[in-house]
Parts: sequence; structure tokens; C-alpha cells
Amino acid sequence: MTDTKIVVNCETGETTVVTLTSEEIAQREADAAAFAVEQAAREEAEAAAAAAKESAQAKLAALGLTADEIAALSK
Amino acid sequence: MANMIPISTVTIGSGGAASIGFIGIPQIYTDLILKISLREATTNNGVAKLKFNGSASGYSARLLWGNGGSVGSSTNYTGSGTYYGADGTSNGSGNTANSFANAEYYIPNYTSSNNKSISLDGVAETNATAIFMGLSAGLWSNTGPITSIELTEFAGGNFSQHSTATLYGIRKY
Repeated sequence: MTDTKIVVNCETGETTVVTLTSEEIAQREADAAAFAVEQAAREEAEAAAAAAKESAQAKLAALGLTADEIAALSK
Repeated sequence: MANMIPISTVTIGSGGAASIGFIGIPQIYTDLILKISLREATTNNGVAKLKFNGSASGYSARLLWGNGGSVGSSTNYTGSGTYYGADGTSNGSGNTANSFANAEYYIPNYTSSNNKSISLDGVAETNATAIFMGLSAGLWSNTGPITSIELTEFAGGNFSQHSTATLYGIRKY
């Protein structure tokens, strides 16, 4: 299937469907690759933060803090 | 009293489309509002991005986001170092079937000879606990008036049928 874009001219109201150029397709592929890298990095950072939080809560519990006391620390 | 005047609307037809473009934007308003309702099928969570005047540089932004389980802040997705995108601007295959993300961009003083500010408020509508939403403040470091806007899907997919984008002009009188 040919990739297309929709363009509306706000002055005339005319809407056209345009086939992507090879440059636009290449840019699109580059952006998709960059997006995947950024997405993976962020998911990794989120997972690391969640693991650190869980570890900290476990250490606090081992020190004798109750669940309510641990929760109060983050409010 | 400010008036919000519709300029143009695009609705994606069957087969989808890689991007939505507004060209020839009238220079008679004070501000612009772009309201979008988008979905794409290739990624779990879609992200739409904007490009002004075909420019591939000068974009920066900060994002606040929540996903139903955690919150955070970050610089916006920059992709190839050019574009402006944020969570909650496009639904993906991970969202409820046939649901669309809703978002609004506000672009004040788009005809001015100063750099352009942009704000964004978006949410990926879905019937689940985990749902992305984002607020963002952005900057396009360019002093030219905005005459065209292009919306594309960051992960390289097509916007699905029934996705829409409407551009409004704001008059302050």
C-alpha cells in the first residue's frame, strides 16, 4: 500500500491526498527508529525507579516501620 | 471576548494516512488552537508530533505525564532531534479498540516575529487503569510566522480512519 498524507489548504479549503516522497519515507523510518530507542530508555528508567522504590520499602520494613509509616514518608 | 473560529478540519478516510497537514494558515488571528483525535495501529501507545513551516529544527519542550500507576517528567520525545511530541496525543494498539486520544495544542502569537510558545494537554482515552496523559510546555525557536502545521505519528505508523484534526483561530475581539 502506498503511504500518503492529507493536506488541507486553509485559504481555499481544498483537501488533497499526496503520496510520500522517498525523503519523507526515509525520515519517517529514522524517526520510528529513534522513537523506539527513546521509548525503550524511558521504560527502562521507569522499571529501575520502581525497583528502587520497592527495595527501599523492603529495607524500611526490615527496620521495623509499618506499612502506614512507610506510606507516610512519601506524602 | 475572545472568539474561537474553526479554520479547517481533516478527517482520515479508509486506509489511513501518514500525516495531516494544514497549509496556507491565515495570518488574521491572534492565536491558534489545534484539537486532535487520533489513533494509529502500529505501536502500543502512539505519540503524535508537530512540525511548523516544514522546519526540522528549533524544537524543545518539557513534559509532565501520568499513566495510572506513576507520574514523571521529562523532555519531550525528540526523535531525530527535531519534533515536538508528547504522551496522550495518539492512541495505539494497546488502547481500547476504536478509541482515540484527545489532545489540544495552544499556539499563541503565531504571526509574531518572536520565538513561538506551545502548550499541550492530551490524554490517551482507554478503558483500563493504565492510561497515559501528558501536559507539555514547548518552544519553537523560530521568529517566522507559522504558515503551515504538519502532524505525523512518531513511531512511523499511519493515523487510522476516523482520526480528526481541527485548526481554530482565536480572535481577541
